Formats: sequence, structure tokens, C-alpha cells
Amino acid sequence: MNNLMHYKWRKTKNIIMASLCFISAIVAIVPLFIILFYTISQGISSINWAFFTQMPKPAGETGGGMANALAGTGILILIASCFGLPVGIFSGLYLSENEGSIYAKSIKFLVEVLNGVPSIVIGVFAYVVFVIPMKHFSAIAGGFALGILMMPLITGTTLEMISLIPHSYREAALGLGIPRWKTTLFVIFPAALKGILTGILLSIARVAGETAPLLFTALGNRFWSTQLDQPIASLTVFIYDYSKAPFDDWNRQAWAAALVLIVLIMIINIIFRFVTREKYA
Amino acid sequence: MQIINLIKRKIFKQQAGIISVEAPAASFSIKNLLGGKNVGDLVFQNFLRFFASILLLIVVLMVIQMVNQSMPSIKQFGWNFIKNNTWDPVKEEYSAWPFIFGTLYSSLLALLIALPLSLGVSIFLSEFAPRWLEKIVSLLVELLAAVPSIVYGLFGIFVLAPWLRTTIEPALGNKFGFLPLFTGPPYGLGMFAAVIILVVMILPIITSISRDVMKAIPVTQREAAYALGATKWEVVKIILGGAKSGIVGATLLGLGRAVGETMAVTMVIGNTPQISYSLFEPGHTMASVIANEFSEATSTLHVSSLIEISLLLFIITVILNAAARLIVWGVTKKYKGRK
Amino acid sequence: MKRVLLMIVGIIAILSSIVPAQLKLNGAGATFPYVIYSKWFDLYHQKTGIEFNYQSIGSGGGIKQVIEGTVDFGATDAFMNEQQMGEVKSKHKTSILHIPTVMGAVVITYNLPGVGKGLKLTPEVLSDIYMGIIKKWNDSKITSINKDKKLPNKDIFVAHRSDGSGTTNIFTGYLTKVSGNWKSKVGQGTSVNWPTGVGAKGNEGVAGIVKQTEGAIGYVELAYAEKNGLPYASIKNKTGNFVLPSFESVTSAASGFVKNIPSDMRVELLNADGKNSYPISAFTWLLVYKNMPDKNKAKALVDFLKWSMKDGQNYAKGLYYAPLPKEVIKLNEKKIAEISLK
Repeated sequence: MNNLMHYKWRKTKNIIMASLCFISAIVAIVPLFIILFYTISQGISSINWAFFTQMPKPAGETGGGMANALAGTGILILIASCFGLPVGIFSGLYLSENEGSIYAKSIKFLVEVLNGVPSIVIGVFAYVVFVIPMKHFSAIAGGFALGILMMPLITGTTLEMISLIPHSYREAALGLGIPRWKTTLFVIFPAALKGILTGILLSIARVAGETAPLLFTALGNRFWSTQLDQPIASLTVFIYDYSKAPFDDWNRQAWAAALVLIVLIMIINIIFRFVTREKYA
Repeated sequence: MQIINLIKRKIFKQQAGIISVEAPAASFSIKNLLGGKNVGDLVFQNFLRFFASILLLIVVLMVIQMVNQSMPSIKQFGWNFIKNNTWDPVKEEYSAWPFIFGTLYSSLLALLIALPLSLGVSIFLSEFAPRWLEKIVSLLVELLAAVPSIVYGLFGIFVLAPWLRTTIEPALGNKFGFLPLFTGPPYGLGMFAAVIILVVMILPIITSISRDVMKAIPVTQREAAYALGATKWEVVKIILGGAKSGIVGATLLGLGRAVGETMAVTMVIGNTPQISYSLFEPGHTMASVIANEFSEATSTLHVSSLIEISLLLFIITVILNAAARLIVWGVTKKYKGRK
Repeated sequence: MKRVLLMIVGIIAILSSIVPAQLKLNGAGATFPYVIYSKWFDLYHQKTGIEFNYQSIGSGGGIKQVIEGTVDFGATDAFMNEQQMGEVKSKHKTSILHIPTVMGAVVITYNLPGVGKGLKLTPEVLSDIYMGIIKKWNDSKITSINKDKKLPNKDIFVAHRSDGSGTTNIFTGYLTKVSGNWKSKVGQGTSVNWPTGVGAKGNEGVAGIVKQTEGAIGYVELAYAEKNGLPYASIKNKTGNFVLPSFESVTSAASGFVKNIPSDMRVELLNADGKNSYPISAFTWLLVYKNMPDKNKAKALVDFLKWSMKDGQNYAKGLYYAPLPKEVIKLNEKKIAEISLK
């Protein structure tokens, strides 16, 4: 009798725990839908063609758009890539080539360190390195900060994608007499390229959503600007400024910009998951 | 004999396609000069090394800059900087404890809530869910991680804080107001809102790593347990035991993320440097004070104190991340071989 | 793929390096005058094509960036002190000029449904609220001076600035003048150690909190309260009258001080004499380098300042600021002439 009751209790416990896990899964997912719901419902009313093509209007007036912020985010990403891509990809290649050496191991450790540094700390660094000597808030300072944020992400993805290439590729190439560097550059790297590119896309998505480091590097601009040494508007700072304002119209525009940002990031993330999953499922 | 070798070489060249194979004869002398090494290899290696060293340079420069700029504040306040409570720009007295408290309190509380939730989700994903459901839910959890923190902040100001202020906090205050956790007027903005948002932000990190670690444990372990008559939940307990260190690593990473989170926290926490255990009270964190005051601090001491706070923040996140990665690497490596 | 990328990079590089036809100036500072500055810069841009990019990061930010030299001009409602001005001199080998542009009022705004505009507050009550001594709206100290209004039994949610703010400087300056308690415990500054309350960034942030939180009280520039339909209090002035902030009461406050205005224009308009004076009035200044290295920018700035003293002043009233008194405009014209154009 005792054994049967004990067994029944174990079974009940099983069901209870399984349900708890299921409930946690639902609780975990719900915030995503709530955020999407609010962003869409609050922001959609302000989304129109003018929003994407016009400049911001003065405080207290309704209307206007965020064309300069969109362009600004694009330019910042480009600058960030100029800093982040070469360092990230080549460091990743270096680390995949030299797994054993102590130097490589310490660099790998530093990559992890850099990954965890809060973006505001990196923003302070960019302020000291670029803004003060240049005597200007500038797009390049902002792009630099974002580039540093990209580096560990791209290094990590490159390393991971290369490690997934079977050793036989390398062995075959070396067996044909191809020198090691050509093997890496023209055989291994192209094979991992697809994964690396999507990893780059992912780091762009991450960096496009950053606000803190831009606050005192790129600052912001009410006008259209593409110059590297001038302050530049960005989608994230736009959202921040407009969300603080007491003007209702500005708050709605903040939601609309958030909607645009979130859609962009979600699309990039879904592409990334789709591509990497498909290849290595 | 030589003709056959020449033909073989030609066939290999064709097979290699556009990749050109160096004729060994041409580089004989250079090879000897370099002790058998290939020029290209050396150039390439150093090229790669250069870029990897840039990473090193950046981290080193950052640390040097931060220490350098914090010196005035370190000299002025010493260890008291970490212990004292005042942040007074008028009297030029700065100490970081309110912010350290805010960071630790909000992050640890968020972790306390997020950990069981994350474990529940990752157990669900790795043990209970059918393949198709697992893929969808994993994707959704990872999308949660992709939401930029400014959007969380926006949501916090306009949706979460008003809801807390009008519904949750008054209710909690009425029923449980005797607890130190729920004292004070319900502002809406404050520690409670910050903790909730942090929970949502660190949940995906802990979940995805824990799920990967649990999946890495070989199927044979589970099969053995079932063979002994275990229920599914009992198998899970065994798996959890094996995944323990990986989960600890994931937790540390989540904590690191919470500690460094800036925008979402600064928009909802109320920006008041004070020590209070009540969830209803506003607070301040290390990251948010830097975001708020850095572009305006005029006196050298003020700037230096802010940079010292950023140095402390840096040290905390480095320790958390380093510990986490070492632990997580250890676990997944342990099981990769056996599969 | 590579070629497309290269082309895009090349186009952007070319676009970025084209010397722009129009002049661009960067400024940063106070949120107090942001409503009128954004209007002015927008109008001026339509008129001349010159872009004045103004970012409202707070007076503290404006002063700091002027000292660092990362902006072409700054804006503040807390005039710089001797030490800060000295830093500009040593870093940039030129002095900094304070040019008042408009006058405004720091109003006490609140969210009390059913109470409406014109809640009466005395300096002592205001100081006690911000010190956390008076905690509820129906405290006897408040109800005794507001017998005609029904005040609820609600907590007072105090809102203040979390960033370095000239508005804070004005408000705390007033409290320091009228309350010995405040003076010794807190003091005046762009950033202070607030005894109580929640911090928000910018005038916008405080107005936002008051707007969304029932029972909240905050201090903002008049324009922010008006533009959001927020009510504001009438404050007991030096002569004992409860005065509402308005263009007239601010101008009345200024008239006394204007007679003895120092040549560097750094003067506060707090707790003025005069029965119709609003006690928390203030100038707001643009911070301009006397000697700018880029003479084109200097000329553009001078032209803009001249415009702001003439046409610009016409927009003040409509946006709830008070235009400058004639005497101040005359002094300004002399100051603007000091900016070297060679």
C-alpha cells in the first residue's frame, strides 16, 4: 500500500512540476507579446510617409519626422563596421589559427571581458578618446563606441563558425600543397562566410539598439547631417529624447520610432536564426 | 618517372581549380632562408596578430584611462568612497555606496525572480517540449533578448510604471504594508519597476545557456534513469545536477547583464541616490548615475568620481563574466567529447 | 557583393567629405528655454539656411561643454561662476560672454484633479514640501492658506531634476533665499542632494512625471506647464501677495534688478520687490566665446543674436516667456559687439 501511495505521489509531483515548467514558459513569452502589442498600438498611428522623410519640428509643434535619425543610425552602423569588422573577423581568424598559444588564450579571455563591459563605460572611453581631443561631438566618436561593442560579438561568431568547418577541408587543402595561409583565407574562410555574415548582421542588430554610449559621443542633431566630425541624430537617442517630453505628439513619435527599431531588429534576428539553424540542424 | 610526377602535378593543379599551387622549385631558396617557413604564412599570421592585438590595446587603454581619470577622486576619498552615503555636488562630497547598493539590490532581486522562471523554461524546452514547440519557444525567448533596452525603458515609463502606481503598488501596500519591502508612497517609478524590467531582460540569457547545457548532457544518462523507473521530473532532477555548473555560469552572465544595464533602468528607477529596501522607493544605480550626470559634471572631482564609479562597474562585470565563461566552457567541453 | 559594399562606402565617404554649402553650428545646454530656442533656430534656418543644432542636455551640460570646447555656444539659466569662467579662459585663451535672451518663470506645477490653477503656496510651505516635512496634500499648513480649495488626503509625490539643471539652480536659489532651513541643509546648485522625491531628466522629464502621476508636484519652466495644460501655483512674494507667474509678473520682477544690472549680465531675479512680482523669475543666457577661431561661425552667431534681440523677442509672449526689457536689449547689443569678428 505504501509503495503505491508513494508512486502516486511521485506521479503527482511529476505533473505539478511539468505544469509549473509549462507555466514559466508562458510567463516568459508573455512580455514579448505585451511589448510588441503596445509598441504597435501606440506607434502605428504616427507611422506615415512623412515620418520617414521629414525633419523634426520645434518643441511643442505637431508633426515632423525622423528622417535624420534613420540616416544617422545607418551612418553610425557603417562607421562602427569600419572599426568592428576588420578587428572582429581577423581576430576571430587569429584565434581559430592559434588555439594553443598563451597569447591567443589571453586574447580570447579579453574578448569575453569586452563582451561584458557595459556600453556606458565604453561611451565614456569614446568621449575621452575622440570627443575631447577633437573638441567636437561627432559621428565618428559614436561609431567608434559602437564599433568596440561589435568587436567581441563578431570575433566570437567568426571563431564559432570556423570551428564548425570539418577538419577534412583543411587537411585536404594542405594535402594538395596549399600553404597554410591560403588554406585559411581561400578555403576555410569562404566556407564559414555565410555564418559569419549573419553573425555580423546580428551584431548590427545589437548595436542599432544602443543608446547610452551615443549620449555623449554622437550627441544628437535636429538637422540632417552625414558628416563624420559633426554630431549626428540616431534612432535610439530620438526615442529617448521624445519619450521624456511632456508633449503628447512627441511621445507618440517615440513609440513610432521604437516600432521601426524593433521591427528592424526582429527581422535581422529571425534571418539569423533561420540561416544558422537550417545549416546545422 | 619524372614525366609521371609532372602529370600528377598537373592533375592536382586542375583539381585545385582557381586555387593556385605554388611550384615548389620557385620558392626553394626563400624557403631555406626562412628555415622552411612560407612567406605568406608569416605575413598572414602577423597581419592577423596585429588585429587581435588591437583588441588587447583597447581593453588596456580603457583600463588605463579609467584609472588615470579616477585618481583625483581616489586620492580625495580613498576607501570611504565605497562606504559612505553622500552624493552632494554642492558640497563636493561624493561616495558611491547608494549606487552600488542600487545596482546590487536591483540585480540580485531580479536574479532571485528570474532564476526559477528561467530554469522552468529551460527544463520545459530541453525535456518536456516536442521539437517543433521547442524551436518556436526558443526563438521567442531569443527575440525577447533582442529587444533594445530603450524600448524596454519606453514601455517602463508609459505602461509598467502607471500600472504599478495605480494597481499593484497600492494593493500590495494595503495588504502587506507592514513589510519593509512595501513601505512608502506608490510612485510607480522606482525599484519595483526596475526589477521587473531586469527580470525580463536577463531571463533569455539564463534560459538559452541553461537549455544548451542541459541538452549537452548525453541521452544515455536519461535512458539509464528511465530504465530504473524514474518519473520525468526525477530525471530532470538528475539532469539539473549534471548541469549545475553550467547553470551557475549562466546565472553569473545574467547577473552581469543586469548590473550593466543602463537605459531601461535609468528611465524607470527614479534617479534618487538613497538606500532603501522598499520596492516602492526610487533608487539609483552605478550605470544610471553615469548616464545622467556625465555630460554635465563640471568640477574635476565630480567627473573623477563618476569615472571611478565606471571603473568599479567595469571591475564587477569583468569578474562576473570571467567567472561565468570559465564555468560554462568547462561544462560544455566536458560533455562534447562523450557525445 | 564586395563591389556593392565598396560602392556604398565610397558614396558615403564622398557625401561626408563634401564641404557643406550651409554653415552648421552646434550648441547645447538648458532645457528651460528649449521651447523658444527650438522655435527660433527653426525659423532662422528657414530664413537663412544656417543650421543651429541645439541639444537640450541641461544647463550643467551646457556649461561643461562650453568649458571643454566641444560646442560652438552654450545655454544656461545658471550663470557660470568665477572658477568655471576661469577654466574657459585658461583652456581657450578667451573669455566667455553671458547674453540674456529671454526671461522665464519657474512655476510649481501639480496634479490634483478638481483643484485647478492657482493653488496658494508660501515659501515656507514650499520649502517644507521639498524637504519632506509636509507629506500630505491635506496638511493643515496647506489647507489653511487654501480655504477655497478641497485638497485630498493623498501623499505628495515630489519630483525634481536628476540632471545638472539651471532650473534647479533657480528654484534652489529661491528656496535658499527664503528658508534658512533649506539654506543650511541643502543649498543652491545645479545639482543638489535632494531630501526627498523622484528625479527626472530635463524640464520635460519633470513635467512628464507631474502629468502622469496624481498627487505629484514639480518645478518647471512656465512654457512646459502651459503647453501641457498643467496647472501651477501662485506663490507669496516678498510683499505678501500671492502672485501667479505670467509675462507681466516676470517683467515686474525684472524691473527692479535691471536698474543695477552688472556689466557681465550675471544677475538673479529672485524674490523681487514689487507687489506684482513673481518671486521665482529668471533670465536665461546664451554662452558665447568672445573670440571664436572660426570667424564664419562667429559672424553667423552675431547675426543670429541680433535677430533674436529684434524679431526673436516677438515670439516670446506666445510661447509663455517674457521678452527682455529695453534696457537689457541695449546692454546686449553692446555685448554682442564685443564678439570679435576678425
